[in-house]
Amino acid sequence: MSPLLLLILLPLIASLFIAAGANARRTALGAALINLLAAIVLFFRYDLHKGGWQFVSQWHVLPKLGVNLILGADGLSLTMLLLAALVTFSALLVAPKIEKQEGLYYISLLFISAGVIGAFASIDVLFLYGFHELALIPTFLLIGIWGSGDRQAAAWKATIYLGTASFVLLIGLVALYLSMPPDARSFDLRQMHDLAANTNWSPARWIYILLIVGFGTLVSLFPFHSWAAPAYASAPAPAAMLHAGVLKKFGLYGLIRIALQFFPKEITEAVNPFLIILLIGNIGYIGYVTVAQKRLDWTVGYSSVMHMGYIFLGLAAFNVLGVNGAALLMFAHGLSVAAAFALCGEIRQRTGTLDYCELGGLAKSVPVLGLLFGFVTMASVGLPGFANFAGEILVFFGAALSFYAHGDLIMLIAIVIGVWGVVISAIYMLRAYRNIFWGPIAARWESLTDIAPTARYSVILLLIPLMIAGFYPQFILKMVGTVLH
Amino acid sequence: MNTLLLEFSVVAVGVLLLLADSFVDRSNKNFISYLGALGLGAVLVLSFLPQQPLLTDCTASLFLSTADPLSTFFIRFILIATIIVVLMTPSFVPVLERYIPAERKGGGIAEFSILPIFACAGLMWMVRSVDFIMIFVSLELATISLYILVTYLRQNQASLEAGTKYLILGALSTGFLVYGITWIFGVTGTTNLLALPDAINALPESAHTPLLFGIALVFVALSFKIAAFPFQFWVPDVYQGAPTPVTAYLSVASKAAGFVVLIRLIEALSQVPFLQQKLLVLVILLTVMTLIFGNFAAIPQSNMKRLLGYSSIAHAGYLLMGVASLSSVLAIPAIGFYFAGYLAMTLLSFLVLLLVSENAGGDEITRFNGLSKRSPLLAGAMLLSMASLAGIPFTAGFVGKLMIFGVALKTGHFGLVGLGCITVAAGFYYYFKVVRAMYWQQPSETTPIPVTLTVKLLIAVMGAAIIALGIYPAPVIAALR
Repeated sequence: MSPLLLLILLPLIASLFIAAGANARRTALGAALINLLAAIVLFFRYDLHKGGWQFVSQWHVLPKLGVNLILGADGLSLTMLLLAALVTFSALLVAPKIEKQEGLYYISLLFISAGVIGAFASIDVLFLYGFHELALIPTFLLIGIWGSGDRQAAAWKATIYLGTASFVLLIGLVALYLSMPPDARSFDLRQMHDLAANTNWSPARWIYILLIVGFGTLVSLFPFHSWAAPAYASAPAPAAMLHAGVLKKFGLYGLIRIALQFFPKEITEAVNPFLIILLIGNIGYIGYVTVAQKRLDWTVGYSSVMHMGYIFLGLAAFNVLGVNGAALLMFAHGLSVAAAFALCGEIRQRTGTLDYCELGGLAKSVPVLGLLFGFVTMASVGLPGFANFAGEILVFFGAALSFYAHGDLIMLIAIVIGVWGVVISAIYMLRAYRNIFWGPIAARWESLTDIAPTARYSVILLLIPLMIAGFYPQFILKMVGTVLH
Repeated sequence: MNTLLLEFSVVAVGVLLLLADSFVDRSNKNFISYLGALGLGAVLVLSFLPQQPLLTDCTASLFLSTADPLSTFFIRFILIATIIVVLMTPSFVPVLERYIPAERKGGGIAEFSILPIFACAGLMWMVRSVDFIMIFVSLELATISLYILVTYLRQNQASLEAGTKYLILGALSTGFLVYGITWIFGVTGTTNLLALPDAINALPESAHTPLLFGIALVFVALSFKIAAFPFQFWVPDVYQGAPTPVTAYLSVASKAAGFVVLIRLIEALSQVPFLQQKLLVLVILLTVMTLIFGNFAAIPQSNMKRLLGYSSIAHAGYLLMGVASLSSVLAIPAIGFYFAGYLAMTLLSFLVLLLVSENAGGDEITRFNGLSKRSPLLAGAMLLSMASLAGIPFTAGFVGKLMIFGVALKTGHFGLVGLGCITVAAGFYYYFKVVRAMYWQQPSETTPIPVTLTVKLLIAVMGAAIIALGIYPAPVIAALR
């Protein structure tokens, strides 16, 4: 039995038990805890000297078409698996008491978790894609049933957007497959890699564009971003944590794995300037949109759209520094945004509102919550000491290197706007912190209870690896470095 | 064993059941449907014995039939669909009792589960016919049974209206078919599909126009059967009015048989050089219009049966995309697989619809409100079939769409695939509407919906099939290569 298959099946088995009537919270937490421990063990058991895909196992599905369930992991996937397991456990831990249909709630969360884990553990592209889709319906249910605000419209929008993007992506993947020479067609990433290295296989430009748009929409690339912020604002905290923290990274993971690897230089160089223009939209335009928000959930939601721009910048730089930085930033952003949504949920639970005008001075009544939020604010802004800083700085270096190598003016503009973006994010995050936790406290907030131990540990669990990777980025970089050189 | 023996056995099962109906206790007519399912199951087992085609001499006979993988696959397909529909009928008995005045209790119930068996024989026959005359005769056997079934609830106006529409339009399309066959026969001197290409190739240029006219008429008739635009207009009304098990049967078995005939016709005619391009354009045109109409007209529907009707038009569009790609060797496996998945997900959704509408008193989507609280099993089953119909991975519907899109890309129909992406997005919207009703909305009443053991078994089997086909599609595809 492959350890990776176990990682995927455990949440599914746990949901079967919950459907059969087991205690939902305990079963789900148990499965997530085992998964977390297993992911940590796998992370450290990975043989860095050997590199490449390890823990590989394979089952035939459609051998004639080259479709097989192949599980395996390398440094990048193990990093993402660790992220997925961390955020899953933390999201389940922070989940409040559910009044209606508790079983379905936890089953949905577990399905999202199984989906992302499966996606990150698949070597076969079709399964990589398929596992990601497993999360579509659970997200729809989670936002629609347990969300807040204009939840139904948000859930509709996100589902239609993501469903359509997935099919665009699927067409791109199938077209990529068909562009291979007929006797060498395969969905196996390893074989695709050999093919790209040893033959003159060159997929067409439109396939690259399809993949960029398909994956890009899943990552809320400007201008395909408008589903993200409303969905995150309406989603219950654990769903937003899993979706923004982990699921969204799937699109970037796919870009690194597929789009960046198999296309000839002429195509990437011809298309990437357009990608850079779009990511400037993410950083610059969405940055200002974020500043204009009046509520914390919308601020965090838009900020997660904005920060995707930095990761895209690393990918567009298309060199070792940039892509490694992007990978580190994926890990860092996943943790920090999950922590931010967890705290959003905690505040909403206490006050019933996240409106800046109504809140203020909460640090007096809920000091620990305030302290944790301070940490998250600093991480999100990219203060040194947090992995976000290390990732961003690498991305900027990578982008600058790319600029010196090619002399693209647009890259220079992107770097300048990117650096300015750091200031923008400092503005909106610090303003959020000030508006909610500082200043005079309204009488009605004076008797709030501070954050409960479970939620506290859940956020701390996310902050610890964030700081480890902040002070010692090699922790992640040496893993992802095995993939990207 | 000889082919056609299977069809004769099915007819025999039907006749025996009619006899049995006169002798068994009238208070428990469910017995008849179980017996029917058992008989059909036995025929299904027989179908796995090696078969020889009857009368292999290609020029000779009207009874000419084949036993190629395509026919064998779809014969089993139709048998399975019939078994499931026959097993669905016991749940429909309360509705039957309401709308059929019977002098004695239980009168007129058994025939409702026996008539599909005759339709089944007709469709099986049709699937393996390679001669226009046989296609026509078997089609009539099937549709006449279906005329009765559609209008079965004779005190229900909707059912009567649906029956009348189905009868008139069905007769019209039959007229087109016969008329087209006559023209083709008049020009080529043959009704045999296998002999047709040679006969056409030998024709002088001047005979091409009447031949094309004949072919066009046959295409019109087949478009009626498979519900392709612009001959789809009967579908929503008939689907809405017909008794639910009959609607299910119409949308699965009858459509499949129509597609098999269409495939055979196109395969035969594609061997004629001057027809190839014309046929391709025609099929692509049908595909485009059917995809657009089926998917976009489904969006505003509020009645579940109508929604499923439009969805069946939409799926005919995807299947036509496969037909347009017949030049690829994988096209027929793709179409066959799509149908296999379509059978499981469509019949499952109709089964849930049947139970819900009986309990909630209507077919509107609002009747599904809060179903997850009233019956998690039914809601889960419906969720699964909606996910599969929309094309979510790890379901049969996804693999089917993947294969269809794959062969379409392979044969260079990039435009069709692009359109397919848009219509799939529309599909997400209208299928998720049902999911929303079941999981988001509050139920108007909270009494649980009782589910019998047979229904539970059916749900389990079809649900397992949807997932199994989505994860391990190889066996079905192997059956068609």
